[in-house]
Amino acid sequence: MDAFKEQEYNKSIDFGLWKGLLKYIKPYKKKLITLALAMIGVGAVDVAFPLMTKYAIDNFIETGRINGLWGFAGVFLGLVVFQAVNVYFFIDIAGAVELDLGYDIRKAGFKKLQELSFSYYDKTSVGWLMARMTSDIERLGATIAWSMVDLAWGLTMMIGGLIAMFYMNWKLTLITLSVVPFLAVISLYFQKRILAAYRVVRKTNSKITGAFNEGIMGAKTTKTLVREDENLKEFSVLTGKMYHSAVRAVVFSSIYLPIVTTMASIGTALALWSGGRGVVLGVVGFGTLSAFISYTAQFFHPVRDLARIFAEFQNAQASAERVMAMLNTQPDIKDSPLVIEKYGTEFAPKHSNWEEIEGDVSFQNVSFSYKDGEEVLENFSLKVGRGETIALVGETGSGKSTIVNLICRFYEPQEGRILIDGVDYRERSQLWLQSNIGYVLQDPHLFSGTISENIRYGRLEASDEEVIEAAKLVNAHEFIMKMDGGYNSDVGEGGNRLSTGEKQLISFARAILANPRILVLDEATSSIDTETEQMIQSAINRLLEGRTSFIIAHRLSTIRSADRILVIKDGRMIEQGSHNMLMRQKGYYYRLYTNQFKEERELSALNA
Amino acid sequence: MKGNRWGYLWKITKGNRILYGGAIVSMILSAVVSLLPPLVIGITIDSIIGNKPFNIHPRALDIIEMLGGKSLLAQNLWVCGLVLIILNIVNGYFQYTRGKWSAQASENIARNVRNELYDHLQNLPYEDLVKAETGDLIQRCTSDVETVRRFLAMQLVEIGRSLAMLVVSLIAMFSLSVKMAWVSISVVPLIFLFSFIFYGRIRKAFKGADEAEGRMSTVLQENLTGIRVVRAFGRQAYEAGKFDDSNAEYTQLWKHLNRLLALFWSSTDLLSMVQQSAVLIFGVYWAAMGELSLGILLTFLSYIDMLLWPVRQLGRILTDMGKTHVSLGRIREIIEKPLEDMNEEGLKPPMDRDIEFKNVYFEYDEGRPVLKDVSFKVKRGQTVAVLGATGTGKSSLVHLLQRLYDYQRGSITIGGVELKDINKRWLRERVGIVLQEPFLFSRSIKDNIALAKKDIGDDQIYKASRIAAVHDVISEFEDGYDTMVGERGVTLSGGQKQRVAIARTLILDSSILIFDDSLSAVDTETDNAIREALEQRSKGITTFIISHRITTISQADIILVMEDGKIAQWGTHRQLLSKEGLYRRIWSIQNSLEGELEKNLA
Ligand SMILES: Nc1ncnc2c1ncn2[C@@H]1O[C@H](COP(=O)(O)OP(=O)(O)O)[C@@H](O)[C@H]1O
Ligand SMILES: Nc1ncnc2c1ncn2[C@@H]1O[C@H](COP(=O)(O)OP(=O)(O)O)[C@@H](O)[C@H]1O
Ligand SMILES: [Mg+2]
Ligand SMILES: [Mg+2]
Repeated sequence: MDAFKEQEYNKSIDFGLWKGLLKYIKPYKKKLITLALAMIGVGAVDVAFPLMTKYAIDNFIETGRINGLWGFAGVFLGLVVFQAVNVYFFIDIAGAVELDLGYDIRKAGFKKLQELSFSYYDKTSVGWLMARMTSDIERLGATIAWSMVDLAWGLTMMIGGLIAMFYMNWKLTLITLSVVPFLAVISLYFQKRILAAYRVVRKTNSKITGAFNEGIMGAKTTKTLVREDENLKEFSVLTGKMYHSAVRAVVFSSIYLPIVTTMASIGTALALWSGGRGVVLGVVGFGTLSAFISYTAQFFHPVRDLARIFAEFQNAQASAERVMAMLNTQPDIKDSPLVIEKYGTEFAPKHSNWEEIEGDVSFQNVSFSYKDGEEVLENFSLKVGRGETIALVGETGSGKSTIVNLICRFYEPQEGRILIDGVDYRERSQLWLQSNIGYVLQDPHLFSGTISENIRYGRLEASDEEVIEAAKLVNAHEFIMKMDGGYNSDVGEGGNRLSTGEKQLISFARAILANPRILVLDEATSSIDTETEQMIQSAINRLLEGRTSFIIAHRLSTIRSADRILVIKDGRMIEQGSHNMLMRQKGYYYRLYTNQFKEERELSALNA
Repeated sequence: MKGNRWGYLWKITKGNRILYGGAIVSMILSAVVSLLPPLVIGITIDSIIGNKPFNIHPRALDIIEMLGGKSLLAQNLWVCGLVLIILNIVNGYFQYTRGKWSAQASENIARNVRNELYDHLQNLPYEDLVKAETGDLIQRCTSDVETVRRFLAMQLVEIGRSLAMLVVSLIAMFSLSVKMAWVSISVVPLIFLFSFIFYGRIRKAFKGADEAEGRMSTVLQENLTGIRVVRAFGRQAYEAGKFDDSNAEYTQLWKHLNRLLALFWSSTDLLSMVQQSAVLIFGVYWAAMGELSLGILLTFLSYIDMLLWPVRQLGRILTDMGKTHVSLGRIREIIEKPLEDMNEEGLKPPMDRDIEFKNVYFEYDEGRPVLKDVSFKVKRGQTVAVLGATGTGKSSLVHLLQRLYDYQRGSITIGGVELKDINKRWLRERVGIVLQEPFLFSRSIKDNIALAKKDIGDDQIYKASRIAAVHDVISEFEDGYDTMVGERGVTLSGGQKQRVAIARTLILDSSILIFDDSLSAVDTETDNAIREALEQRSKGITTFIISHRITTISQADIILVMEDGKIAQWGTHRQLLSKEGLYRRIWSIQNSLEGELEKNLA
């Protein structure tokens, strides 16, 4: 059902994973300690209550006197209030840690997602990433905040019980504990299975989120193809898988937990049996036995809780794996530390160190492939001077978009170098280059919001007048004004409420507003009518003066005024030169455009 | 739609209620059985090993006699141990069935809800899909469903147990001492009152938090979908700031909710403990006064735990119910959106007939007509080309033919049958449209082409892609037709994507074919080849082509020139050239190049 494999994980307990998380937990060390203290307070008061009861029985009932009862009641109520306050803080702090942790990880995750290269998005579904950023992170935060506390509490109780048991009778203790190795083996057995089941759950959760995303985004196409029933059938396979794996995980834990309690009862039974025999034989004191038995209960009670936490942790680990893998993904294209030191990062650029860009672009023996073995560009060389207007023509799939993607450094060549202003662009930061490039992508994509917000995306600090000027330049002003809200009209998600051509005009205006040194127009006017295009053309020509520009287009009218036309075929440049030159050459370009007009000429001949 | 949410919850539990019944019974049984092991230990230590008299029910004494009596048991203490273990196993079994059945029931319900949501969403009217906020919808379909599922998995069963324990402990208390029983429940109404007050507030707080999650989800989804634009403009920091706003808002609102919960839980805990101390202090007082026996006081002290535990539990269940109420509401908002009327009872006339538009008016938003008084006729098998400026309504016009939108006035007929009378499924299966922005699914190229028809042979796929002039290209890929297409087709070039979309539509064998600017990214040569192949194949098929290239449309039987939502001119290429107007203007722009070209060559 999906294009690329959702990640698989198979390590059992991954300490490295949890260690990686430590970085995020660190800031909350103090809070977690406070939390632990609050928990100890809760526990201490819990222990105090039975003692108070015992005191009341001993002092008031046994004696039959009630003076001091009101004082006692006051102390008791004081404890009660103290406990309630403890509970309040305990919940408040644990919740705050959970949520702050989630906030931090989401923030880091989002930043990471902004850094990852196009190649990552080529093979990763948006829905999968959303699942990681929402439900997986939530689960992780919750487990860390709440289970850690339970864990600490449980361990303390267990250790306390253990010490008391050894102190009282080490032989009995060893007999009781003889079940522990079995417990460990069983836990290991179940841990593997529960984790495996939860992995499937998390993976399926991610796929379901992806299916919802694709289902909604593609619903229009589905409708035109009348494929609803078939889609649902495929989707129910996913939800069916979710059902089975989730039930499986729960069934494993519902077998595991009773087994742990049963093992615990075996321990207690062993103690009862051998201790009881000891009493009968007179080796063990009666008091020792009854106290010992209550301590075994104190020991095994947290064991059951720990088993539950243990099962929950499997669930959290399945989520943590996905989140950490995302956080640890290295972008294919990365600025080197040296570059970062000088130019800053995407989020903290050091603008003062940025060189002014001139706009010379050159390819030196560049080879590039998206996938191994499918070379798109082969030994491609090109030199473009500042201010030159370059048109790229050629069949679809010949590699035109690839060339401009390489210029923008959305992909990097596997071999050869690309120089901007004579410097290998890897020696400067991506942001430096990309903020100097205005790129109209082949698929016009707008964000939901108003038209002016979308145009302003090109330069955030632009004034309203500048926005309008850019819109006028691409001839969009007129249609914008015709809309009810003018520049404040809502474009809908992805710009859905505009026609495709209108979207292209807006994304064109957006790029122009950016006022870049290098302008890339990838079939920017393909859905725009000829008249509008003509009208824009002259404005564009003025605009392009002094800027290096790359124009990809199929319509002759768009490209013929370029300084240089490159004809691309199968990733190689087979011809280049001005329109007139290429026409005279009578090569591929000539054929491309005489073909276009052959019919035309026949028709006009008929017409004449 | 208010109050109906629980009705909706009841409805979706259909088919799983027996499982729930089983789970609740298991839970109660497990609770009962779990009372026994402490008794066994107590008796064994006190009366079998020790010498205290048996202080138990005569029935239980019978069981001890049956097992061999005190002296034999004291010699064979393993029997007592075994009883302990067996009781635990029995209890464990009930825990297991409880866990399994409630998981089965709740997961099954979640599955049904997910399926229903998915199906509902894709069957919404086209208009709603265009306006959809995908991120928010996804949050409803995942996070809100999860909230409901968790409630169903954990709390629903708890309700049963809590009520049972409540009833049992109340009866036991009142039969022991009415006076003490009243003391024991004196604060309980207050707890319930508190719960109800908080129920409303928590519901409100959760609603805010849940909606904030929806907004955050939307920001995230939009950012990831438009990540290429973000990167192209170097807007990473800006986007991170935007996400941070929604992330912070979400976190803030959840913290608010958490604080409310902390307040609620600590105050109900406070009330419960006050209740406990009241029992203790009054009990001690009366016992000291000699009005109450020590035994009864001790029993009450253990019963009060049994009473307060379910009371507190019910409070917690109530807060979870508040969340569930909100989530159910958000889910229902989707489910209640009216589905597209597929006109199932509609006519199923033959579709390879003449088409007529008569005075068709259409608008998206009221008062802003996009198509105005559009009339034209097309004979079966003709090719109709549509030309016009950006935003004049070309796409809108052809969308009407598949009834993706409904025209407000006028009539469209196919073979004399009004479009609105035709079964929509029938219509769409026979009117193939390649949308201006086709959506490819992230699966193999082959699966993308075969999307519309299952059980289709490879040869048919090849045939369609040959006509779309994409077969050779696909075959050159290393994995050929099995090449995976990235999300929305991002790993294909623009023209490849368009041609795969064309092939996908051709598979349908429609009687009417619509190409909405489907060759814009294709070079002119390939454009030619596709049209020729189509002509070969589609004899008798009525074809609509929207394009900006005169060469692409010049051979059409009828050319419609649209201006501002109206048909400004129509006719054949030759007829149109002989008239003043948009067509000739465009032709001359595109043709002047030709003049220049000849000059160049001369
Ligand atoms: N992201 C990608 N991953 C894998 N292959 C790609 C990707 N983008 C483009 N291709 C392939 O590279 C080739 C060149 O594509 P492109 O540069 O987009 O062509 P065009 O000249 O039409 O712009 C095509 O065969 C296309 O399928
Ligand atoms: N979903 C929509 N909601 C509101 N207005 C729309 C919607 N889709 C298109 N429009 C508007 O309708 C007009 C016609 O659009 P369309 O038919 O797509 O034009 P085109 O002729 O370029 O194909 C445009 O002005 C556009 O802004
Ligand atoms: Mg391209
Ligand atoms: Mg259109």
